[in-house]
Amino acid sequence: MKKSHIIGIVVIAIAVFVIISTAGDASTYVTFDEAKALFESGSGKKVHVVGQLKKNDTGEIVGVEPSDDKLTVTFLMIDNNQRTGKVFYDKPMPPDLKQSEQVVVIGQYKNDVFYANQILLKCPSKYEEESLQVSAVN
Amino acid sequence: MINLFIGNLGHLFVILSFVLSITSAWSYFQVTRKKDAWAQKEWTLNGRVLFYLHSIFVVGIIIVLFLIIYNNLYEYHYAYAHASRHLPVHYMISCFWEGQEGSFLLWIFWNCVLGIILIRTNKKWEAPIMVIFASVQAFLASMILGLSIFEIKIGSSPFVLLRDVFVDPIFEINPDFVPKDGTGLNPLLQNYWMVIHPPTLFLGYATTLIPFSYVIAGLWQKKYKDWIKPALPWAIFSTALMALGQLMGAYWAYETLSFGGYWSWDPVENAVYVPWIIQVASIHTMIIFKKNNTALKTSVILVITTFILILYATFLTRSGILGNASVHSFTDLGLSGQLLIYLLAFSSAAVGLVIYRWKKIPTSDAEVSTYSREFWIFMGATVLGLMGFQVLAGTSIPVYNVILEKFGISSNLAPPPDQAIFYSKFQIWGAILIAIFSGTGQFFFWKNMDKSKLWNELAIPVLISLTFSTIIFMLAGIHKISNILLLTAGMYSLVANTSILLRLLKKKSFKLAGGAVAHIGIALMLLGILFSAGYSRVISLNTSGMMFSRESSDKMNLENVLLFVNEPKVMSDYELTYKGQRVELEGVPGFPPKKLTRRTSDEHTVIANADYIYEGITIFQAGDTLTILPENTYFEVEYSKNGEKPFTLFPRAQVNPNMGLIVSPDIRRLFSKDLYTHISSIPDPGSEKEWSEPVTQMVAIGERFFVNDFVSTLIKIQKIDVVEGIELGPEDVAAEAIIEIQVKNKVYTLTPIFIIKDKMIGNIPATDEEIGAKISFLNIHPEEGKFELSIETTQRDYIIMKAIEMPFINVLWLGTIVLMMGFSIAIVRRYKEFKKSI
Repeated sequence: MKKSHIIGIVVIAIAVFVIISTAGDASTYVTFDEAKALFESGSGKKVHVVGQLKKNDTGEIVGVEPSDDKLTVTFLMIDNNQRTGKVFYDKPMPPDLKQSEQVVVIGQYKNDVFYANQILLKCPSKYEEESLQVSAVN
Repeated sequence: MINLFIGNLGHLFVILSFVLSITSAWSYFQVTRKKDAWAQKEWTLNGRVLFYLHSIFVVGIIIVLFLIIYNNLYEYHYAYAHASRHLPVHYMISCFWEGQEGSFLLWIFWNCVLGIILIRTNKKWEAPIMVIFASVQAFLASMILGLSIFEIKIGSSPFVLLRDVFVDPIFEINPDFVPKDGTGLNPLLQNYWMVIHPPTLFLGYATTLIPFSYVIAGLWQKKYKDWIKPALPWAIFSTALMALGQLMGAYWAYETLSFGGYWSWDPVENAVYVPWIIQVASIHTMIIFKKNNTALKTSVILVITTFILILYATFLTRSGILGNASVHSFTDLGLSGQLLIYLLAFSSAAVGLVIYRWKKIPTSDAEVSTYSREFWIFMGATVLGLMGFQVLAGTSIPVYNVILEKFGISSNLAPPPDQAIFYSKFQIWGAILIAIFSGTGQFFFWKNMDKSKLWNELAIPVLISLTFSTIIFMLAGIHKISNILLLTAGMYSLVANTSILLRLLKKKSFKLAGGAVAHIGIALMLLGILFSAGYSRVISLNTSGMMFSRESSDKMNLENVLLFVNEPKVMSDYELTYKGQRVELEGVPGFPPKKLTRRTSDEHTVIANADYIYEGITIFQAGDTLTILPENTYFEVEYSKNGEKPFTLFPRAQVNPNMGLIVSPDIRRLFSKDLYTHISSIPDPGSEKEWSEPVTQMVAIGERFFVNDFVSTLIKIQKIDVVEGIELGPEDVAAEAIIEIQVKNKVYTLTPIFIIKDKMIGNIPATDEEIGAKISFLNIHPEEGKFELSIETTQRDYIIMKAIEMPFINVLWLGTIVLMMGFSIAIVRRYKEFKKSI
């Protein structure tokens, strides 16, 4: 066998390994129920859950509770299946959490709480303004 | 009144530049089809003039857009969305790349510059390469065309009016309504790096078109080998600028963003990293092609792949397909279809041409010897290719979902939860191999090697680097096997390339030293990254094992620390004290305390409450009117360590109505490490403070009482004759209570005022927001010898911050500079070779 053939085989093997490990390391978008099922089945994989903060009838956000030392926060989130889950975030509350229109939490379920290590917030203002700002009119 | 003229003019320029680029491409295409010299000459002249005209109109578009921003014409959406009245002129340039249309414009502009340089420097290849250049320009110009043809939107114009973008009732009432001010440039972009990073990167991006044009022209015109000479200096130039642009971006992120580093494997970063690494591979195979035809074919593939990856990157970052996956992603302007056509048109044409000509490309079956530089360079290029492939595979995850959905399969793949680990665990092995190959490969530039000679050459560098890296890993306590290997390999590359450089200098052939210098730079960068990223240490780590719930047995490491104002806390080997909020005033050195100023009705103007002395000089006095940068608040944090002089850092938070709270770190730069500090959270600046119900207390002089849990003392009561803002008559009385509040090591003094004016009782409360106390002096009870105070409290001022130590980060920046020097030497050398060949 020629050297170039051996190298070629090694390269293909590494490329296949890369594809498999990418597929294996990729996370998934799930609902709270699915995340819980994953926890109960013993999977330690971290998942993404997309949702919104829970609001009461008057549209006020409820259930956002920073810890006493303010270094962590718990909040209630409604996933895309309309199920409410309790999320614990191990970092200080992001200042724009309450303004967000969509929240993506990344982490895993443990017992009855979703432990998030990472939060992605979609805030209306971070993207192009969809309407004129009152302050800018006048 | 709305200025319609200027926008129409801009739009006209866009259309003209688009049409001219197509006609220029057509003219140059005619040159390649004509046989007789006269017709060729005529068409070349045509194409050239059309391309020049195209460039003139592109410059015209830029001038028009700049005038719209400069003259505050907020009837235009671009100016409204990206600029504001208070924006300094030098940051108006940055407005160009905050918006997607503007950044396309920047790209088009660079292509014009490059096209003109090519026309002027390479007459031989002018026609075929300019066909490709002008066609690319047509595609890019179509992105900002802003026309609707048969309901199909082509491009997004930077000259649309605000009223055509927003549906707002105000436009029905008054179609000529113009907002007073724009929403402003993202404060993160108001940074000098952001003025130079995007143009540099885009120039690097744009330059990838040159090697691509040469290889396509070469295949098309059957000049299978001749294209490399003119393409090589440009490929190196492009690689250098992309590296420089990326590193400027990394440095900006390090200084301005606060994710705790300089690289986060964000999809937008990856979108530049992948084509860059493939282009690095391509310049290496182009360098060795003379002796080896396999390298020629590989070069063809790599150069074309680089350009396709640039197109793919453009598609990823601008089509909105990344969604939430990136911090950079541009707003989706509905251009995804057009971008996809651009990507598919050029990649299928290029791939088709390569397949069609493949058999004609000279080839050889000779096996490459292990003791040749070709072998090592091939190995290096292969590793680079695999490194690029891994990043590409991971970054494309959002794309798989979209593709699968097109086939009716629902897919819920998400990016890996920890991107840094996902990418670095593979990339580090690539880096180790690259360091080894770049150290070894260099020796073959000298003479033909065989086994014994090679070992003779390598013995000393291997010994030196093993010794050094052993000492370092013993001292630094490195245990991870991959890190030990990277340290050793990086050290080896550094030593080996330095010895090559020394030999070159001895022979006085410095112009050949580009490779050695660039590889020294890479080795330094790898070592710098290994230490600063691999061994960064969170100083604010809280390992007390605080648990979220009692049932949970997980210990958590909290990486932030809560600091109340003037309450020192020991953190790692430092004692930290948060000393309060500071402001930034125009023309004022340092950061004066916020307390020294009070706001006025104009956001940008404040009045001084007291004198400000900086380094012994009085900078301003009470009552002075000053200009403030209203978005910026700095937080003074003092670090003290036993036996060392304390130092102060000023991390920043910006409160922006559109973006919420934006924080930027402050960095203490030492020779061997950086100490990086950023704010994670502060009391919500947007909401009004909620004060507690007032509590009335009767206090005697000298008596101690509590204010917001702090021991306080009523020191004395004294009569005052002057009260600011109130005229005292002969019958009137005013007195102030001097109250001292002890907060750890600091004493706060509050002086509420009690007034009897026109026989009416009144008072002026004293407030200190830092300690969250408001005290009113309500009454005097002479019979009991007591004074009636009312106390309200609120949350006292605090910050939550994170501090990280990054060892040897300066080695990374040093490596960057060395790498750029290496590239420069190589560019000069290869350009001279090209010049000699024509």
